[in-house]
Amino acid sequence: MDLFEYQGKQYFARFGIPTSPGGVAQSVDEAVEIGERVGYPVVVKAQVQVGGRGKAGGIKIANNKEELLQNADAILGMDIKGHLVKRVWLEKASDIKEEYYASFTLDRAQRKHLCMLSAKGGVEIEQVAEEDPDAIVKLEVDPVEGVDLDSLRRLVDAAGLADEAREGTVAILGELYRCFRDGDADLVEINPLILTPDGRVHALDAKVTLDEDAAFRHPEWDEFRGISDVDGREKLAAEKGLNYIGLDGSVGVIANGAGLAMSTCDVVNQVGGSPANFLDIGGGANADVMANALEVINTDPKVRAILVNIFGGIVRCDEVANGIVTALSRVEIKSPIVVRLDGTNSEVAREILAEHASEMLLSEATMLGAAKRAVALANEAESK
Amino acid sequence: MSIWVDENTKVIVQGLTGGQGKFHGLRNRDYGTKVVGGVTPGKGGTDVDGIPVFNSVKEAVEATGAVATFISVPPKAAPGAILEAAEAGVGFIVCITEHIPAQDQARVFNTLRDSYPSTRLLGPNCPGIISPGKCNIGITSGSIALPGGPVGIVSRSGTLTYQAIFELSQNGVGQTTCVGIGGDPVPGTVFVDVLDAFQNDPETKAVMMIGEIGGSAEEEAAKFIAEKMDKPVVSYIAGVTAPPGRKMGHAGAIISGSKGTAKAKKEALEKAGVKVAQNPTEAGQIMVEVVRAL
Repeated sequence: MDLFEYQGKQYFARFGIPTSPGGVAQSVDEAVEIGERVGYPVVVKAQVQVGGRGKAGGIKIANNKEELLQNADAILGMDIKGHLVKRVWLEKASDIKEEYYASFTLDRAQRKHLCMLSAKGGVEIEQVAEEDPDAIVKLEVDPVEGVDLDSLRRLVDAAGLADEAREGTVAILGELYRCFRDGDADLVEINPLILTPDGRVHALDAKVTLDEDAAFRHPEWDEFRGISDVDGREKLAAEKGLNYIGLDGSVGVIANGAGLAMSTCDVVNQVGGSPANFLDIGGGANADVMANALEVINTDPKVRAILVNIFGGIVRCDEVANGIVTALSRVEIKSPIVVRLDGTNSEVAREILAEHASEMLLSEATMLGAAKRAVALANEAESK
Repeated sequence: MSIWVDENTKVIVQGLTGGQGKFHGLRNRDYGTKVVGGVTPGKGGTDVDGIPVFNSVKEAVEATGAVATFISVPPKAAPGAILEAAEAGVGFIVCITEHIPAQDQARVFNTLRDSYPSTRLLGPNCPGIISPGKCNIGITSGSIALPGGPVGIVSRSGTLTYQAIFELSQNGVGQTTCVGIGGDPVPGTVFVDVLDAFQNDPETKAVMMIGEIGGSAEEEAAKFIAEKMDKPVVSYIAGVTAPPGRKMGHAGAIISGSKGTAKAKKEALEKAGVKVAQNPTEAGQIMVEVVRAL
């Protein structure tokens, strides 16, 4: 789960990481109320989960109430790279002496935690990594032992931060690590981490990605839910317990297993089509799950054909075929469905599908053949 | 020969009394695997279809001489189960559990690396390992596998492993061992470990490697193949169309920024001399040709 900046700052606060005082607003009135409370100049920041909002005009400074009215009105409702701005975060503008970068994430190659620190903050870290890789210093952290202040001090020294920022940064890195580990995050990032002219260090932005698999031990995450950017299709799929990711194409994809579902999307693309979604229905593939999957796909207006790709290992293909037939008797699909079943008992399964074949239910023996058929149907429907 | 497990491997099942553990544990036994015991705290002294159940891994190992374990317990209990097995001296741990928090995975893996360096963990969130005709630990359907080699298979994805096995078996090409390393961010066993074992196994003559987006395990594998392997490798990488920043079903299948794309992995492997197919079926076809030309 990706958090918005204001949620990330709320999460930071739980671990003692200093941020600027502020508040979140959904309307111009609320924004003005917060602005008057924290005092001018105030920064108005669009809350969207996409990079580059500053360049897009989603971050503005207001020196008085009039400017705040103008800025909040302009930013609320703005479209930033397809993300609608529903909220703005307002905080007291900070005097900035220097801007740094700090993050913790998992180093998958080393299978350890990784801290990255740079004296070049305020720009995309990937850009720094490309143009000036030596400006980023790294510290491998053993997930069992955790961080110690001495290694953090050495890291801060190696990064070449200002002397007066040293102790403040060390303290924040310690807290940020706790936020990452005990807070069950996949990523915690502060960019920029700033040094003010009066020698204080604090987080001016917050990027936090939480690990959904740890949600069982974090009831406090509930307050972050229901607000995210996820589209309607994904919301419905989540309610039905399906593993679904919305894409932009016209071929609805249903497969069993994450790898096969990804692969099915790839094959659709390979034969000249575009997948409307990734949907992994897992091992069972029974009538209930299939019916749920078809219902979710039905809500997608872009879908022109559906491709069901199942490999029967332990689950037998004839059971899956019967499940599809039952599901189709319960859900009225809007687009034709092409089924490819392979693996255990696939011949019997194809006979079952043949008995129920219609212009809405087609069967193909291979993954490639089924993808070609589905893409042809989708293209045909789109050209009408 | 096979790698890591064979017809003599004695296996216990942690979670044998649970629904999934019982289903797959008994299937594994029916396949011919030496399933010698189960572990469920509080249920010691009972049995599951004649397989004795013990209260702890230590007791099970002492009574049966088991050297491998199959862990099928919920995500909250899995980290403890893995460490208990390692502490009891079990050398080969297969954990199929999905949805273990990444922080727990990192702690468990590093504990094993530091304190139990000779223990191998396969998984979590993996289908397991099968040496056709000899031993099957996990959830792979034994009926689709063909004994006798000469191909070793290693994959991050369950269904794509089955697909690969099936393609080869249908063409009369057998497998020495098929290893599912799983799709999580901190796998106990990575591609390089399995490639190394296949390179050293005289009966494995060629290797099928199925990767996916996320992380850099395929790039590391490419380096290993270029430097250390002389056996042919055929590969397929899933996720060409995956959008960045989304976990594609597997917790580890995520493109972070510009890192972990299918394109970069494919290029790294091709540079190492690996034949990379565009889809799993094509990978099977290429491997059949490679085996015929051996």
